[in-house]
Amino acid sequence: MTAAVASTTCRCRSGGQTGDDPLSAILATCSGERPELVAVLQQAQDALGYLSAETIRRIARRLRLSESDVFGVATFYAEFRFSPPGRHRLRVCLGTACHVKGGVQMMQTIERRLGVGAGETTPDGEYEVERVACLGCCALAPVITLDDQIHGQMNVIELQSLLDARTDD
Amino acid sequence: MSERADRIEAAFAHVFHPSMVSAREGEQEVRVCAATTCAGSGAGAVRDAFRDELTRRGLQQEWRVVETGCRGSCDQGPIVSVEPAGVFYPRVSPASVPRIVAETLVGGRPVEDLLYRHPDTGRPVARAADVPFLLGQRRLVLALAGRIDPASIDDAIAHERYRAFVEALIADEPDDVIDAVEESGLRTRVGDPGSVGSRWRRALDGTHDERFVVCTADEGDPGAFADRTVLESDPHAVIEGMLLAAFAIGARHGVVRVRRDHAAAGERLRGALVECRERGLLGRDILGAGLSFDIEIDAAERMLVCADETALIASLEGRRAVPRIRPPAPTEAGFRGRPTVVSDAVAYAAVPWIVRNGAAAYAAAGLHEHTGTRVFSLSGQVRNGGVVEVPAGTSLRRVVEDIGGGARPGRRLKAVQIGGPLGVCLPATALEAPIDDLAAGSSSLVVLDDRTCMVDLARHLLSISQREGCGTCVPCRLGTKRSLEILERIVDGRGRDGDMELLAELGTYCSQGTLCVLGGNASNPVLGTLRDFADEYEAHITERRCPAGVCRALITYSIDPEACTGCTLCAQRCPAAVISGREGQPHVIDVSGCTKCDICRQVCPDGAVRVRSGVSQAVAPGTA
Repeated sequence: MTAAVASTTCRCRSGGQTGDDPLSAILATCSGERPELVAVLQQAQDALGYLSAETIRRIARRLRLSESDVFGVATFYAEFRFSPPGRHRLRVCLGTACHVKGGVQMMQTIERRLGVGAGETTPDGEYEVERVACLGCCALAPVITLDDQIHGQMNVIELQSLLDARTDD
Repeated sequence: MSERADRIEAAFAHVFHPSMVSAREGEQEVRVCAATTCAGSGAGAVRDAFRDELTRRGLQQEWRVVETGCRGSCDQGPIVSVEPAGVFYPRVSPASVPRIVAETLVGGRPVEDLLYRHPDTGRPVARAADVPFLLGQRRLVLALAGRIDPASIDDAIAHERYRAFVEALIADEPDDVIDAVEESGLRTRVGDPGSVGSRWRRALDGTHDERFVVCTADEGDPGAFADRTVLESDPHAVIEGMLLAAFAIGARHGVVRVRRDHAAAGERLRGALVECRERGLLGRDILGAGLSFDIEIDAAERMLVCADETALIASLEGRRAVPRIRPPAPTEAGFRGRPTVVSDAVAYAAVPWIVRNGAAAYAAAGLHEHTGTRVFSLSGQVRNGGVVEVPAGTSLRRVVEDIGGGARPGRRLKAVQIGGPLGVCLPATALEAPIDDLAAGSSSLVVLDDRTCMVDLARHLLSISQREGCGTCVPCRLGTKRSLEILERIVDGRGRDGDMELLAELGTYCSQGTLCVLGGNASNPVLGTLRDFADEYEAHITERRCPAGVCRALITYSIDPEACTGCTLCAQRCPAAVISGREGQPHVIDVSGCTKCDICRQVCPDGAVRVRSGVSQAVAPGTA
């Protein structure tokens, strides 16, 4: 994987460690009311890649909530993550239409090829694999997405070539 | 006309900029469907190819290329139509664009070999209106989907959007709007599915003067994409419906829950809201009529538990999406403790039509005693999937067979999964029932053919409910988990005597002992398949085989030596390296090391790989 590819699609940012602090900007613009909590968590994760304990603590302080409350909300929703993401996000749809049209085989192929399953990230940090239950484009089943790009009507062979092509970069 | 009417009409006249309309009836246009599914099958490249080809030929002034919302027949994407003749091209690729431009746009005749083929006669069908998928439909809510540029408020207004709202403002009788919606029989899919109008009326009771209008396009059940389609294709219909609700109940704030991964729907709605604010259709003192109302978007990831209104409201308030005991109902104490009306996007989109055409006209759109229309997303192992709007009361068979074209060639229709993980699986013999009695809470219709294992499907559906339940009620938290474990051991070939009875007992307790829609319905797929497909359960448990050839622990792969040409493809691709044979000679699978990954069957050009059900020699369907 060359640096160029990684930099164009990289979703993890500095993690808030470097000079500019995206979280401060997010917290400065929010009104500090509870109904904003999920939106603030989303913005924080979009900017920082994941929600660290420190991020949770700062959000809790700004919204005048307990850390356990904020953590409880964040862990309830599947969209939040608490460890750094992989550089590429591979999502396998296992909605009903995809399930009956071979989605399971897509997941198995990915598990075999990358050595990790749903909810895991490859040891080199290259891919994170997620299972989703329906992306709503069921005519394209089975569907996978790679960095939010839809790949429809997949079969094992095409999926393997997709992953091979990326490794060759 | 009264002074009030004059003032509102004058204000509305300023909202509309006719010169900015992009899709115009009767003019020369190429309409490219840009909704999610078509976009996912390459509509963007097709649009660019048309623009390039028109520019190359110097025709860009005479022909406009318009991106529209969903045309409905998603399996045929990317879809293009050439107006005003209405010539319909399915599955268009950039390579065929120059021919369409040369022959249809310039020459005025269809390109015959690119036209849609009638599934029964094989004859080309030139016009969209004659495609069987669209013939059986009655599109009220989706009337403008695929006909306008959803990113343009002027397109919407040119097609009478906001007219119902303006007329309601002029008449100034909020009760009339509630009456119309109530009499129309309009129903919502959210929560305990019920009458939209009576909810609006209940929200008026009570002492609070602050009320909320909530719209959800979450569609947490897999296979449902009706709300997304409406937002993507005609967002102003939903906004106008919410404006009418706000006018009817006196609300100042609205919230729309959209799914974060439905990026296009969110973008369309966000753009539409900005345009409405700029033009004065949202905000303070709308059209000078004294109504102030604005709508915010709340984006979150898909959540099945938000099928329950109280869970949805908790999630909108920034809390865990946990349902609560009723009463009080959300119409009494909902969002921020205030009276709140909650409906799905499709229901709001129907409101302007009802207010404009009358409750009776809407009610009459249904068959027999059913009122209005129903919007469904049709997918799975069906010939023509997509978004379907039919008269309420239409039979499931008509939707699946006449509109959807039935099972794919060579396959047998086995069942239809209706309503997602909280719905039911109906066998092919029971499809005469009216569709709206079956799928009250969801738009999802997934067609299943003989290659689907119903035990595995029940396991799949329950696994979604189990994973996404909130954990509050013990019968659901433990019942779905234990049921899932039993189903997992059955599909894994470790089923035991008594498992079916145990599943039935657990499922019944779970349905009875829980607070919300999820817990109450999570066992539906299990209980339904136990009843209608008992023989499949028995085959798994007692005969250790999977009749449909799906469950990996209960099937065997082999190569038919008569059909194998010895091309070596399977042997090259086998990840377990258990296929052997010489070039030109029949190959053999060593079953002891076979991982049943199915790759050999998918690569075999001669269809020589067979899947046998269990240890018997019966060939499973779907393997030839």
